[in-house]
Amino acid sequence: MDTLNIAGKQYGSRLLVGTGKYKDFTETRAAIDASGAEIITVAIRRTNIGQNAGEPSLLDFLPPEEFTYLPNTAGCYSADDAVRTLRLARELLDGHKLVKLEVLGDPNTLYPNMLETIAAAKTLVKDGFDVMVYCSDDPIIAKQLEEIGCAAVMPLASLIGSGMGILNPWNLQIIIENAKIPVLVDAGVGTASDAAIAMELGCDGVLMNTAIAAARDPVLMAAAMNKAVQAGREAFLAGRMPKKLYSASPSSPTSGLIA
Amino acid sequence: MIHLTINGNPRQFEVQRLTVAELVEHLGLTGKRLAIERNGEIVPRGNFAEAVLNSDDKLEIVGAVGGG
Repeated sequence: MDTLNIAGKQYGSRLLVGTGKYKDFTETRAAIDASGAEIITVAIRRTNIGQNAGEPSLLDFLPPEEFTYLPNTAGCYSADDAVRTLRLARELLDGHKLVKLEVLGDPNTLYPNMLETIAAAKTLVKDGFDVMVYCSDDPIIAKQLEEIGCAAVMPLASLIGSGMGILNPWNLQIIIENAKIPVLVDAGVGTASDAAIAMELGCDGVLMNTAIAAARDPVLMAAAMNKAVQAGREAFLAGRMPKKLYSASPSSPTSGLIA
Repeated sequence: MIHLTINGNPRQFEVQRLTVAELVEHLGLTGKRLAIERNGEIVPRGNFAEAVLNSDDKLEIVGAVGGG
């Protein structure tokens, strides 16, 4: 069976999804079910103290027993903050080691700060975490993150939340060719064809949130993404025909034509 | 009286002694999945009952929320 292997664990789905920006938890759950995702990202934030102690939480709708949680460091702008956040996440999730590291460099573009990301990755790997790392689509940086011991590299297709699709397929191809660890596209996917293209390029998986949550019908888009990732993967495995400007080889027989 | 800063907000407790477990109960968070950091150090869940808080401790109490 064709599985996604990350840090020694196998997953049937190559689509990873975020849990933010949904109307409510019911919609979150319905979209995630439609996506078929097994790995879901969560953010770590201060708990509401006081008035809202009794209100439902994300975990009530998405029990950690049913999914592989991927706690992220969204909103962190320094290596120290990211490491601190993920240590809290590990405590929160009973020693859970698989994490998504992202260290941002700019609040407008949400472009990653790779110097801080690399510093955090080193600390986290040493500390025993399995680090899936959000990064720029720079092949040298991706290789360095692999050498540090990250479990997967996750270059952006385009900026977080932009929905601009894959802006530099050539860099992604170089990253994929050079990598011995899984490469997942994280951020920038806007619609199903973007996800399919990422998979056709040979990505091991795709991580997305806004493309589903900001669709007019998130549950339907989640189903579309589920199919797109599978279709793109199968097309990659099948090996596409070469592109030619034209071909003197029609699909129907050239003999037996009526005269 | 014990003065604490919890998630950035000052709080006072009219007691002589307060453990992390008692604080969690007082805040109505018993049974919730959360992680607590005191003055930058994580307090493991297994130590909540023994961990005695001191005045001016800074606490971060966090949970998992939706995110991408």
